[in-house]
Amino acid sequence: MAEEIKLMKGNEAIAHAAIRYGCDGYFGYPITPQSEIMETLMALAPWKTTGMVVLQAESEVAAINMVYGGAGCGKTVMTSSSSPGVSLKQEGMSYIAGAELPALIVNVMRGGPGLGTIQPSQADYFQTVKGGGHGDYRVITLAPASVQEMADFVKDGFDLAFKYNNPVMILADGIIGQMMEKVVLPPFQPRKTMEEIKERSPWASVGKPKDRKRNVVTSLELDPAEMERNNIRFQKKYREIEDKEVRFEAINCEDADYLIVAFGSSARICQKTIETAAKEGVKVGLLRPITLWPFPSKAIYELGKKMKGILVMELNAGQMIEDVKLAVECSVPVKHYGRLGGIVPDPDEVWEAMKKELEIKPDLSSSSVTDAGESISKEQLTEVISNLNQMVP
Amino acid sequence: MKHEIIIAGFGGQGVLSMGKILAYSGLMEGKEVSWMPSYGPEQRGGTANVTVILSDERISSPVLNEFDIVVVLNQPSMDKFESKVKKGGMLIYDSYGIHQPTQRKDIKVFKVDAMDAATEMQNGKAFNMIVLGALLKIEQLVKLENVIEGLKKSLPERHHKLIPMNEAAIQKGMDIVVEV
Repeated sequence: MAEEIKLMKGNEAIAHAAIRYGCDGYFGYPITPQSEIMETLMALAPWKTTGMVVLQAESEVAAINMVYGGAGCGKTVMTSSSSPGVSLKQEGMSYIAGAELPALIVNVMRGGPGLGTIQPSQADYFQTVKGGGHGDYRVITLAPASVQEMADFVKDGFDLAFKYNNPVMILADGIIGQMMEKVVLPPFQPRKTMEEIKERSPWASVGKPKDRKRNVVTSLELDPAEMERNNIRFQKKYREIEDKEVRFEAINCEDADYLIVAFGSSARICQKTIETAAKEGVKVGLLRPITLWPFPSKAIYELGKKMKGILVMELNAGQMIEDVKLAVECSVPVKHYGRLGGIVPDPDEVWEAMKKELEIKPDLSSSSVTDAGESISKEQLTEVISNLNQMVP
Repeated sequence: MKHEIIIAGFGGQGVLSMGKILAYSGLMEGKEVSWMPSYGPEQRGGTANVTVILSDERISSPVLNEFDIVVVLNQPSMDKFESKVKKGGMLIYDSYGIHQPTQRKDIKVFKVDAMDAATEMQNGKAFNMIVLGALLKIEQLVKLENVIEGLKKSLPERHHKLIPMNEAAIQKGMDIVVEV
């Protein structure tokens, strides 16, 4: 039987999906706008059914270190928080990355800096994709734009975390966390048995049998030569992730003259912006990075070549725009529009800003397109588009 | 077909629940739905609003700047949202909380004395369902039977005995809404 369509908040979808994935433990500390994740888990009481542990820790720092411990034992573990709480988790995330452990961290962003507001924001882009904690490490980052993706990315996130033994973050914001939409929840799968854990994660600290050496899970290495080798191994892994795990969605990009690049809730807002633009006779496409790291630089470079201009819309003062600019290599003007501190722009506001920033003058009487920049062949473009279809699950 | 609706009033009036029931009703009807609350540090007596979109197609932005239908249940919401009704759109208000109705002539304006009716029914909690009835009367967003199904979905089972009362309140709202 097909799974029933449900109506729920993004935060609730995360909780349901975690239980259904066979998650072993959730450790968290409440903070708006993501408290429904733990609230839903507590209400569903999975410890009575699947045996999953749900624990309210004494702090965010404790929660991420519980995740560190659980992950070190090969368990499927996660935590969630919102911006100020995620700042507290950065040290733990650096340790988890350094010890090469799989873990899922959810950040439902709110306006900052500091305690800021509880309203939606995307101002933690830099923190998430550029490090946050110390050291040369990367966090695979999935940016959901719907409640369905909140549910789906729990599975995708855990799968990636275990594939690469690396922390994965779901980077959402107050809009995606708080809004209700239709969702089809993933099917139930059982929690891994100890035997399965030993097979999946032979490095895990699960008790030493006589026939092997102790498994030591640590990010500490006092010998710099050995530490450099570790780092080189990390970097090799990161290059492989950049090669294989890029995901994005391209909407109406085929014959667009302008491009909007936006992720998460901003991408939803901009979907309506491109409809408005079309009504005024301007062809605007939308590229939505689904993985923020690895970033879809190649796709943006290819698409950028045929555009007259790119607008990057983010709920921040201009963060992802840096990666977009790096991607297009100055081949096309790139401008930014954003609102700050928890204010969310509406689709028309974005369109007005785009017209101003990129000096677009809609002319409904003329359909001639000139000065479209370096052209890209239709075949090349079809290839880009078909590649992304394979990447989007 | 797409309806973009905002319901706004005081916290405690049942604004979010009304939106939720509407969203569930849309779900029952097989529509695409989105329910986007204002989730500030809301409290009883503060202002609260919820944007509900019901559509036959995939919904783009859950955040909107103008609406087909605006439901306002207090004066601050009237002041904030009367200008957000699309030209030719509809505005419904409960006269109990509104001292200065809209001056706009390019929209249809409806009045529902829901607070008075709820008092008459001796059931203050019926208030938001009376407003929902009025909303469904002026625009058939969803079929009534799907609203009842939506109620069943959104209410915990222990409250299902209240569904007939809710149905009566919806009927009341349908009966008393008037165009101004």
